[in-house]
Amino acid sequence: MQPNSRTIGRRNFLKTSGGFALFVGVSGLLPQLISCSDTRAAESAVAKHRLTAWVQLTEDGRIIIYNPAAEMGQGSMTSLPAIFAEEMDADWQLVEVEFSPQIAEIYGSDGWNGDRKVMLSAGSRVTSGYFMSMRKAGAQARLIMIHSASGLWDVPADELNTETGYVVHQASNRRISYAELVPHLNLPDPLPEAELGALRKPEDFRLIGTSLPRTDIPAKTTGTAQFAIDIRLPGMVYGVLERGRVHGAPPTLNNETAILKMEGVLKVVRFDYGIGILATRLEQALAAKKALDISWGPTQAQGFSSHDAYAGYEALAATNKSGQVLTEKGDFKSAWQKASRTYTADYRNDYVYHAQMEPLNAVVQLTEDLKNAKVWVGSQQGFDEKLGVPDALGIDPDNVTIELQYLGGGFGRRSMTDFVTECAILARELPGTPVKLIWTREDDLTYGAYRPMSLQRLKACTDASGKITGFYHCVVGDGGHLVASGIRNDHYDIPNQFAEWREASHGIRLKHWRAVGHGPNKFAIECMIDEVASDHGADPVAFRRNLMSKSPRALATLEKVAEMANWGGPVEKGRARGIAFLERSGSLASGVCEISVNQNTGKIHVHRFWNALDAGIVVQPDNVKAQMEGGILMGISSVLKEQITIENGQVQQSNYDDYPLLRMDEIPEAVETALIPSKEPPQGIGESGTPLVACAIANAFFSLTGKRLRHLPFTEERVLKVLKG
Amino acid sequence: MPAFTLNINGEIQSVEVPGGTALLWVLREHLGLTGTKYGCGIAQCGACTIHIDGKPARACIIPVEQAAKAQAITTIEGLSDTGDHPLQQAWIDAQVPQCGYCQSGQIMQAAALLRDNPRPDRDEIKSYMNGNLCRCGTYLRIIKAIEMASENPEAQNQSS
Repeated sequence: MQPNSRTIGRRNFLKTSGGFALFVGVSGLLPQLISCSDTRAAESAVAKHRLTAWVQLTEDGRIIIYNPAAEMGQGSMTSLPAIFAEEMDADWQLVEVEFSPQIAEIYGSDGWNGDRKVMLSAGSRVTSGYFMSMRKAGAQARLIMIHSASGLWDVPADELNTETGYVVHQASNRRISYAELVPHLNLPDPLPEAELGALRKPEDFRLIGTSLPRTDIPAKTTGTAQFAIDIRLPGMVYGVLERGRVHGAPPTLNNETAILKMEGVLKVVRFDYGIGILATRLEQALAAKKALDISWGPTQAQGFSSHDAYAGYEALAATNKSGQVLTEKGDFKSAWQKASRTYTADYRNDYVYHAQMEPLNAVVQLTEDLKNAKVWVGSQQGFDEKLGVPDALGIDPDNVTIELQYLGGGFGRRSMTDFVTECAILARELPGTPVKLIWTREDDLTYGAYRPMSLQRLKACTDASGKITGFYHCVVGDGGHLVASGIRNDHYDIPNQFAEWREASHGIRLKHWRAVGHGPNKFAIECMIDEVASDHGADPVAFRRNLMSKSPRALATLEKVAEMANWGGPVEKGRARGIAFLERSGSLASGVCEISVNQNTGKIHVHRFWNALDAGIVVQPDNVKAQMEGGILMGISSVLKEQITIENGQVQQSNYDDYPLLRMDEIPEAVETALIPSKEPPQGIGESGTPLVACAIANAFFSLTGKRLRHLPFTEERVLKVLKG
Repeated sequence: MPAFTLNINGEIQSVEVPGGTALLWVLREHLGLTGTKYGCGIAQCGACTIHIDGKPARACIIPVEQAAKAQAITTIEGLSDTGDHPLQQAWIDAQVPQCGYCQSGQIMQAAALLRDNPRPDRDEIKSYMNGNLCRCGTYLRIIKAIEMASENPEAQNQSS
């Protein structure tokens, strides 16, 4: 990347304009950028000209837009640049996309609470968090193109307009492409700010709302899409760790001398919770890992058994001492006392594992003087844009460069940085040498960070007319927000509500798992709603329709999905349907599934799944449908099959043979998604499908069998027990 | 250290690795053919699916000495010259991949299916593809793409 623009070549500085820090230089200040689509391709011979922090133009007409978000399959590599290109009025055919540098001050999102920008692809907040800033940044780039043409033609800027990649002067019938403008780029000082009113109106969108083919997909069909695990550097060595089967157990290595004598072994590195090995080749590192003789010391999780823990959870739910209050509306106690009917039920939820297909890994290289580090990683990023590496190494954050790669799945696991800092600590042992750390699948599973187990104790009460007057929800478990999210019922008109979290703690590693607490909590809430409806002889859809009378957007999703599924219409013999509703990350979704149950084996099969989603403005409709399909399939997988159990502190599963995922012969015939048209700002989508599944299946199961499933997952063994009970 | 000679994507490659080393590590870490992915190491996920003498195989459980006996090993990099195998095109047309990590293995498994069974019905597709996991849940689109490609006569003629 050479400094080359005639007009901006010697100006290297950061500018701020209306809150947007803009980089106007062309070299030196930002790290060398690697194209995410093919880092192995030779750097283009065509010079790139940086227009703003977000976009570069090449003289052959290409427009390179930076994506500041992680690409883990959710489509950010297409949706964010499309929003930018929309307002820049760029020709999408000429757009290429690269990851932006990890500099939150410039590329962070406003979508997180707090007073600073953050680069974090989590909570389904990428599109919603970047929507306005990408639009303003795109519009600003367009203004610079207009300003440059204004200078070139010596006509007032307000006589100029743009038409898909051209600046146009109608009065003189002149037009010039953005590419032809490159030699004449002229950056106004200060940079122009795009006024809100100057942004396109939703009805004029030509990219937003259309299904553009995803920019990352071609490389993902040829094996050339680069994940961090694919990085190979000259002189690179390999790192592995052996971590305790009991989370956090401290190791004592009994055979260091023998390990160091093994072929290819370079170093043994001690961690508080494991032993690291560095070796010349991966197979040598793995052989040494296998040969380690480690004694594990005591830790909190020792003695903990997950199936026994529910008794303690029940006791916690039963005490009179309230936990942390999460919602308080009206007076639940009074409603309960005055009620004509009351309902109480417990719902349970076992640990689940992320099981992203790419095991955790990273590559880190330190300089010889240990002062600078370069990191290649697939990460969901974080509140710390340098992913914990500066602290782990005791170096300045400015001296850490993160080269973001594609993620082979995230689902929340890759918003944790344990694997990144581990690799940095290993790399510090061999200054100058790049180190690739690989977690085996067994490492990834046994030293996972799970969605916590929990118990939901729900109480509901109705008045004489059958209206729900009170709703109580107590969640017991570890992890605060990890078990508490999704506990609110803002779209159901229930006057008296109380929700609380009561804490349990076991020393088991926990993390956000797609939709976080929404899966277990919506399971409990939606099942309880169905239980109350059923007891009043009410149809589940009709009952919810009444509850949603004050939330028209929620109601619209319910009505739509009922129409799609022909709710109330005939259902094939041996099958039944169930419904669920939820809100997640600002989106509203209703879902209906159709299931059957094998009475001999207890195996539930989901035949069809319909869903209706109101996610505000939808940037990429086909991609949204893909997210709903995938989220629902992941939901079916977790609800029917997935379970981490812990015995005496030890995780009992180790790989896909004993932690089975949904396979192709178990999927529904179809997942149908309807998107409710909207002009409201975009909301989160990636987590809106998954938590619909448990409740929809459980409600269908009741409709089919008259029995309630109240413990996730609905394994065949559990289903048989319920059928016989 | 013993040396092994492998015929991969029509090229003869020589590697020095300990006997018993998984072909997967040879492909990825020694030869740089990183399109073949590591997912589980125990032939449960299919992310490392390649073709050995025309049959789909899991590179993670094949020791290098066994691979050396094969006439021809084909990886995703060798499936087509320019990434234009009908399945690769169908994968784009159906917008199959999400994270994309499992898709090399899915495509290699599907390519073997169509060679053996040019017009599979849906149950045959599910049965043949059942060993390939996708955590993102793209199975419905994988089926769609295979059906699109199977209607294309080129899908069956292209050898791997």
